Amino acid sequence: MTKVKFDILETTCVPLPLENIDTDQIIPARFLSATSREGFGDNLFRDWKYLKTGELNREFVLNDPEYSGKVLVSGKNFGSGSSREHAVWAIYDYGFRAVVSSFFADIFKNNSLNNGLLPIVVSDQFLQRLLDLVQKDYTTKVRIDLEKQTLTIVPTGDSVSFDINPYKKECLLNGLDDIDFLLNMKNLIEDYETHKSIAK
Amino acid sequence: MKAKTLFDKIWDGHVVRSIDRGPDVLYIDRHYIHEVTSPQAFNGLKARGIPVFRPGRTIATADHNIPTKNQHLPISNELSRTQVEKLDENCSTYGIQYFGINNPKNGIVHVIGPELGYTLPGMTIVCGDSHTSTHGAFGTIAFGIGTSEVEMVLASQCIIQPKPKKMRITLNGKLSKGVTSKDIIMYIISQISASGATGYFVEYSGEAIRALSMENRMTICNMSIEMGARGGLIAPDEVTFNYLRKLPSIPGVGDFETALAGWEKLKSDSDAVFDKELAFDAALISPMITYGTNPGMGMAVDGTIPLSEDADHDASASFLKSLNYMGFKPGMKLLGQPIDYVFIGSCTNGRIEDFRAFASIINGRKKADNVTALIVPGSKKVEVQMAEEGLTEIYREAGFEVRQPGCSSCLAMNDDKIAPGKYAVSTSNRNFEGRQGPGARTLLASPFTAAAAAITGKITDPREFINEDKNL
Repeated sequence: MTKVKFDILETTCVPLPLENIDTDQIIPARFLSATSREGFGDNLFRDWKYLKTGELNREFVLNDPEYSGKVLVSGKNFGSGSSREHAVWAIYDYGFRAVVSSFFADIFKNNSLNNGLLPIVVSDQFLQRLLDLVQKDYTTKVRIDLEKQTLTIVPTGDSVSFDINPYKKECLLNGLDDIDFLLNMKNLIEDYETHKSIAK
Repeated sequence: MKAKTLFDKIWDGHVVRSIDRGPDVLYIDRHYIHEVTSPQAFNGLKARGIPVFRPGRTIATADHNIPTKNQHLPISNELSRTQVEKLDENCSTYGIQYFGINNPKNGIVHVIGPELGYTLPGMTIVCGDSHTSTHGAFGTIAFGIGTSEVEMVLASQCIIQPKPKKMRITLNGKLSKGVTSKDIIMYIISQISASGATGYFVEYSGEAIRALSMENRMTICNMSIEMGARGGLIAPDEVTFNYLRKLPSIPGVGDFETALAGWEKLKSDSDAVFDKELAFDAALISPMITYGTNPGMGMAVDGTIPLSEDADHDASASFLKSLNYMGFKPGMKLLGQPIDYVFIGSCTNGRIEDFRAFASIINGRKKADNVTALIVPGSKKVEVQMAEEGLTEIYREAGFEVRQPGCSSCLAMNDDKIAPGKYAVSTSNRNFEGRQGPGARTLLASPFTAAAAAITGKITDPREFINEDKNL
């Protein structure tokens, strides 16, 4: 099955300068009872979006009408905690296509790459520069070129390159699917089972 | 031949193919699934029109969203009921062994796997749950995965995975009285932070680890993910083999002695090199408690909340936001802080030894009036054993009600929620904002510390209740 290809992205950003944002904040457990992948965006950061009274929390950046865009910029150790892929589905469903941070939790990073959401790791210094600019001016745009593996702050021209596994890069650029890849190597898997496999 | 770590030996032995400059295709020996992270994976198989490649290698249970009361009745919450029904239906369609509610083998996935002999040394094990790291206690490579990866495993029994770096954490010396394996792992996380092991797979070793029972080792490996590690493992030894020997059956293993000969070889070479090595002294560890909203924010139960997360810098916005959520201030002591709930259970501390530890303190005492207690066994087997050993009666006499098995208040998908703003001393694994219910304030601790709080109604040093050398 083919997936959506990841194109060059030029967009404004949403700043969320907190560290250790865990997947329970991204999508609280009480919203995990669905059996499909759709519609999780409505509950993205649910308990930060609303006050205890049930009113909209005007202080929270997703409720700030000035901030929008396809890139979320956040503090280090983003996506820690639970393995719930629902966190990635919620971020993607909301409209984000990349998250920029100085550090991602491992499972979140894998889940992102498996769903066309690009996790971009930058240095603490670059992250701070980007956050400062975006917080000062909500119209600040970034340009993400996956082919070249670069992230550029458009108004300043400040550019960094980022790492991505070559296999995953190819999957994202061409909309390739891991399961097709695995199904195509069934003979190799069966061969492995014949020779090595332990207790069933 | 180049010296190898135990992690390398198991990983390399399971590589079906290495992708050029890319991740490895890793064969998975055991796949556990549950109702919350599997339905979308089965939908994927349906859309592709493909079967489960090796249904015999997948084991299913319902645990995350199920009620812990009246399990004989249909689940009243419609969404939860649908999720459990879907799992049941998918397991019948694809021929997967399913231990549903009311099955005597039902329970939390990371409690029943070892209990039923499905987790064995040397295996690769995955599950759509981050606490899959629990199974590493048997000398396995076990880690949590997302739903897309669950679909990969169902479709091909393989997963595409980059190989993590290796870390060894050595725990020398002996534990002091009243200090448990929960305190060990909470101490390590408090020292290296909630992201201190991200990118690594950890091997735990040393005298203090060797001295632990299997159940206590599981508690340590369970919380590896809370410092960001991909997983944690402990080389199998006589403690492991004795645990396995006592199991009623080990599915898939014909002759125990033959299997044992293979398991005995599972250890890191003496000259194997790790990417990172850390060592701690077990004697320095006190009963621990968390004061913030990530598991790295932990301290000795009689300690003082630090002024910032890093002695060299002012407190960050994240640190202050966290303390504000908890209703605490930098420099504050927590001893004597009144609490509202106590939760004992979860894949971290929901095994029989945990309930024995809790009972050893509450035996003959009464629960504090201001405390609501949730006592939730990790599995049906644990529930039965609690009754047989007389623990259920001890709990009842002290004023506690024992629930039926499930993940319960650890992630509060069911009705077992902590009320907004209330404090819960919890033996689970995460103190994130809202984890135990919107606005709930979680203080992670060991079964001893939870028991002491349940009796006094406030944060209490459990050593006050322990006279003899009582280690877990």
